[in-house]
Amino acid sequence: MARMTMIEALRSAMDVKLASDPSVIIFGEDVGYFGGVFRCTAGLQARHGEERVFDTPINESAIVGLAVGMAAQGMRPCVEIQFADYVFPAYDQITQEAARLRHRSNGQFTCPLVIRMPTGGGIFGGQTHSQSPEALFTHVAGLKVVIPATPHDAKGLLIAAIEDPDPVIFLEPKRIYNGPFYGDHSGKSVPWASHDGGEVPEGHFVVPLGQARVHREGAGVTVLAYGTMVHVAEAAAAAAGVDAEIIDLRTLLPLDLETITASVQKTGRCVVVHEATRTSGFGAELIAEIQEACFWHLRAPLLRVTGWDAPYPHAQEWDYFPSPARIARALLEVGKD
Amino acid sequence: MSTARLSFPRPPARPDQAPDFSAIVVPQAGALPVPPPDLDAGASRPFATGMIRVLDDDGRAVGPWAEYLGDLSAEPLLRGLRDMLRMRAVDRRMLNAQRQGKTSFYLQCTGEEAIGCGFQRELSPGDMNFPTYRQQSLLIAADYPLEALMGQLYSNDLDPLQGRQLPIMHSARDHGFFSISGNLGTQYVQAVGWAMGCALRGTGEIAAGWIGDGATASNDFHSALLSASVYLPPVVLNVVNNQWAISTYTGVAAGQSETYAARALGYGIPALRVDGNDYLAVIAVSRWAIERARNGHGPVLIEWFTYRVAAHSTSDDPTAYRPRDEAKAWPLGDPVDRLKTHLILRGDWSEDRHRQAEAEILDEVTTVQKAVEAHGTFVDPQPISPAEIFRGVYAEPPPHLRRQRQEMGF
Repeated sequence: MARMTMIEALRSAMDVKLASDPSVIIFGEDVGYFGGVFRCTAGLQARHGEERVFDTPINESAIVGLAVGMAAQGMRPCVEIQFADYVFPAYDQITQEAARLRHRSNGQFTCPLVIRMPTGGGIFGGQTHSQSPEALFTHVAGLKVVIPATPHDAKGLLIAAIEDPDPVIFLEPKRIYNGPFYGDHSGKSVPWASHDGGEVPEGHFVVPLGQARVHREGAGVTVLAYGTMVHVAEAAAAAAGVDAEIIDLRTLLPLDLETITASVQKTGRCVVVHEATRTSGFGAELIAEIQEACFWHLRAPLLRVTGWDAPYPHAQEWDYFPSPARIARALLEVGKD
Repeated sequence: MSTARLSFPRPPARPDQAPDFSAIVVPQAGALPVPPPDLDAGASRPFATGMIRVLDDDGRAVGPWAEYLGDLSAEPLLRGLRDMLRMRAVDRRMLNAQRQGKTSFYLQCTGEEAIGCGFQRELSPGDMNFPTYRQQSLLIAADYPLEALMGQLYSNDLDPLQGRQLPIMHSARDHGFFSISGNLGTQYVQAVGWAMGCALRGTGEIAAGWIGDGATASNDFHSALLSASVYLPPVVLNVVNNQWAISTYTGVAAGQSETYAARALGYGIPALRVDGNDYLAVIAVSRWAIERARNGHGPVLIEWFTYRVAAHSTSDDPTAYRPRDEAKAWPLGDPVDRLKTHLILRGDWSEDRHRQAEAEILDEVTTVQKAVEAHGTFVDPQPISPAEIFRGVYAEPPPHLRRQRQEMGF
């Protein structure tokens, strides 16, 4: 075991796979010599060579399109889109090509591909450095969608994603790259070194895709969250004095409905929390599934705390980002009998 | 007062007008030399703006590219002629089948047969094409079984793709034919990625990208050329310029460009422009480009200059946007007729043998077609299991797909 930040954990995952599997290859904008704008690939090119870790032109469609061609041949590309906000030029290649290749070719060609992208807000990133586009991928049959909330899970999930035979969208909440974030933006940052989630095995290990994690056991209300919001929800529940059962979904597609329904059937109440905008966001899918599976166990309407249905602002960062106070209000509201 | 005026390119002739190809310059056969294999972009300019042609107006093979082919025996040319006749027979029979409602959709490649048929015969096992929907000629020349090809068109139980894909969206990995997508341009950059994989692994294999003139306007045409220019993988990038993108005249895709081939020069990729209806030019240039890529000299782009004789698809009526007899006026003629004339001139073929071959091939194709139709058509379906919808979405079905399959009753 070692103490790692999420950046170090992700780098360690790629390092482990580069060393053990010659078909693994890493590329993207600035990921080579420089080691990535967030340092996630620092040192990997020096250690594994330019043919395994290299820089690309600023062309997201090419990054993913090249990766689809390589993956179809049997390589395992793990590529980076610098910000999730910039994935859209590659949307055609991801949704119409990578996601469907196995199905449309009846297994003649497959796409074992990982697309890493920093996601989420809370960093004064404004409109194009803060978005959470997960719902635009969970709606696509053939993709898997993963988002870790701790360094431990980041490494285990990324290794599992690279080893997965299908294309995986790997969203990395950049707000928690260096430490957990509890929604307190007054200036005091917390390092991963002081959090249990920063304990990461050094060698090979996996966190299986498709399995949620009970972040905090509780009996009062189920909170469904992922990424940064796992920690913000934890702080909100503590502040509100609510005995919340916080579930870190970890994989959004395929969804661990078993863990979710077991919790909601126990608590009878549920609040969904995500940074992404509300309308047609992933929260809508969660609420629909819970309504179908847990209707007779529910003791209150299902609530959502999400980003507002507006482009992510700059100056109004903390009025937009779902705050502990907003989440606490929802927890108290849903807890009323 | 502004004098700025927009340009809206239009074809030389519309349905009520006489065909007009007077703007097309057709250089003499044999005029261009064979460049060295390490040709660079700058030196390729005459090839990118001219046109490599081997067969002259009389059907003689002339010039350096004919010499490059060496002492070409009749056998490979007769095989090429049979490939093209076979392609034409399949197109004819399947157009007919669509008109009879036996399949929902079809796309012919009439007039473009030489390009895929010739190129494929120059590839080696393990090389991979990234075709569009109009390169079925690659499959024919790869000796892909007609049962599988037609099974796909009928979506019956002979369909290797189990009814999941629209007719003509073939996939044949063992025959060097990548899965076709309906989304234009995407495969062009994937071909570059595949070629990068070939180089990284040192397999000695190459990739070939295919795109039409209209689709060169797509983002991924640029993505592919730029990527190929940066990493120099063993890829042959083919542009089939058949003058039409559905109803849109090629000038709308080309703008003020000199040629499609010339676009590659700006990326530092050498390019050649070739008479796509000249089977000998096709095999000569294909051989040169494929060997060049395989020997590590990097990517090359080929513009195949041809004409889309048939409708865009069975859902299209070209008389609504171009002269009815435009194909007859096409200055590069018909690829089958031109190769036939050459072989007769050589004394290796005759009109009689040609008629006989046409009849035999049509008979063979019709026989296979009937056998395939016994496995079901759109008129007389023998449905594939609906459970196939769920198979292959992922390597292993996740819980939500298992639930949906059960909901359907499987």
